[in-house]
Amino acid sequence: MPLNLTLASRNLFHDRLRFVATTIGIVFSVVLVMVQMGLYFGFGRMVTTVIAHTSADLWVMRHGTKCFEDPSLLTASKLTHVATTDGVAEAIPLVIGFSGWILPSGEITPVFVVGSDLQTLKPWNVTDGTVQALSTPGAVAVDRTYFERLGVSGIGSKANIRGLPVSVAAVTDGIRSFTTTPYIFSDLSQARAYIGIPSTMVSYLLVKLRPGADLEHVRHDLQASLPDSEVLTPAEFHERSRSYWLFGTGAGAALFAGAILAIIVGMVIVAQTLYSSTKDHLDEFATLRAMGSSNGYIYSVIIYQALLNAVIGFAFATLIGFSVVGFTRSGALPVLITPTLILAMFVLTVVMCVAAALGAIFRVVRIDPVMVFTR
Amino acid sequence: MSDFIVEAKGVTKVLGRGAAQVHALKDIDLSLRGGELTVLMGPSGSGKTTLLSILGCILTPTLGTVRVCGRETQGANAEVLAKLRRDHVGFVFQSYHLFPTLTASENIQLALDIRGVHGEDARAKSGDALEKVGLAHKIASYPHELSGGEQQRVAIARAIVSNPSAIFADEPTAVLDTKNGQTIMGILAEIAKDPAHGVLVVTHDSRMTSFADRVIHIEDGCLVGDERGSAGDAAILTTVRAGRRT
Repeated sequence: MPLNLTLASRNLFHDRLRFVATTIGIVFSVVLVMVQMGLYFGFGRMVTTVIAHTSADLWVMRHGTKCFEDPSLLTASKLTHVATTDGVAEAIPLVIGFSGWILPSGEITPVFVVGSDLQTLKPWNVTDGTVQALSTPGAVAVDRTYFERLGVSGIGSKANIRGLPVSVAAVTDGIRSFTTTPYIFSDLSQARAYIGIPSTMVSYLLVKLRPGADLEHVRHDLQASLPDSEVLTPAEFHERSRSYWLFGTGAGAALFAGAILAIIVGMVIVAQTLYSSTKDHLDEFATLRAMGSSNGYIYSVIIYQALLNAVIGFAFATLIGFSVVGFTRSGALPVLITPTLILAMFVLTVVMCVAAALGAIFRVVRIDPVMVFTR
Repeated sequence: MSDFIVEAKGVTKVLGRGAAQVHALKDIDLSLRGGELTVLMGPSGSGKTTLLSILGCILTPTLGTVRVCGRETQGANAEVLAKLRRDHVGFVFQSYHLFPTLTASENIQLALDIRGVHGEDARAKSGDALEKVGLAHKIASYPHELSGGEQQRVAIARAIVSNPSAIFADEPTAVLDTKNGQTIMGILAEIAKDPAHGVLVVTHDSRMTSFADRVIHIEDGCLVGDERGSAGDAAILTTVRAGRRT
């Protein structure tokens, strides 16, 4: 180990109380940033989860639709036009909308109904029952997470939606809505009845292309012939929904603001402790200077100290971050920590600690080595 | 090039500003040769440490010139002065200034590390330096495990490990008992036998002059005496520049 690193580590661990305080400060800051960013990514994934599980090549929607949950409607007459457009293999209507789930006790809880052909968009992570069973009249799929809310216990449980009897025919695990309103999957015709959408209207048209068809060409043709509609790729619709919920509603800004505050708090804590540690070791730095050490060598000791703080703090913070991920996995808004986020957090922690070391470095620059003769 | 390790000519140092201004050194001429142990004596506030700092390239003079191993310090910035110290100077301080979190060996290796000598080479050199000061068996000891005398011996080992031409010791025996003080001075005198090293020791303690090849007296920022010869040979006395005293 280089001697300047040895000196840095010994100085760091010599004052255990200060080391613990610094580590706690860094851990606090990094965990806060990690969780805020994990929520940001988790939120981003959650608000687009249905789009991600739909196997369409293009989405046709009412012009100005902001997100998947937008209740704007298209006239169903467009279905024929879309289906007969050159390059289109199939056009599948999709209806979505809020409705009221009537519990056996008579209470009503809001639900978000999704109705389709059960092929292009079907419930995923089915743990009990089958998707095929949803074509039976009154059959719906619900997520296990919402059993209590919906007053059901599993396959065969009965309830009503808008006065129509329903029976649980499939149970999923992990299909949660960030709005905490449960998703209910059913086939198209039943979904219309549950939501109250007439057969002349649809929420979306899901387009599947013929093999070899040029996506951009088909999209251009569809867009040109449907001036009051928009034709988006899944990636575009995904991004539009994500942007709307994250930035249109201010949720993302709040998460970012929290993360920035956490970075500032972390920097202040590290800067304060490094500065105070440097002040306590001024005699040593002055001795190094008197011995002929370059400023760069002294900076390296301080920066090594900051880097050690960063690595140790980050290691603890990552462990806590993963605990938070496990803790929130089944919650309404799971924290999502990806390898990219971990890498970014490590870089951020290092940058934060090194930037915090600047105060200590400025203090050391002013050291007069002659002080070693007076102490 | 002269055969002096350190040469100071007309060195004046003014400290402070305005009403607080002090002429710490006044027109000092002084040269140090290799192979000599020079003792600089004087009362408190006489300018001993300021002179040591200027000769050791920590401070630059307000007026006059200082040359260390042929290199002039006038106009040098802090980094250039640090390089001069790194290349030519070793210091021994009154309070040792060892690094408490490093072992004796590591303290010595640090003086090599800042000079770009690392690893096995540095460990071997630090071992040799500790052996020279009689502390080979304390290689892994931390400063708090050493007596004051032993700590000062480690500090001397640190000062000599890079083989500097000039070794400056500021009151190296001030906080030691007589026996340890004698040991320290003996080690410094031994180092000074090598013509490659010039040693300047600042001290209050007149008993330490017995180790000196030369004793210089300073008062009120002026050199007032320059004695050559070993203990008991104080007859060779040259009073210098007495006329310049103010």
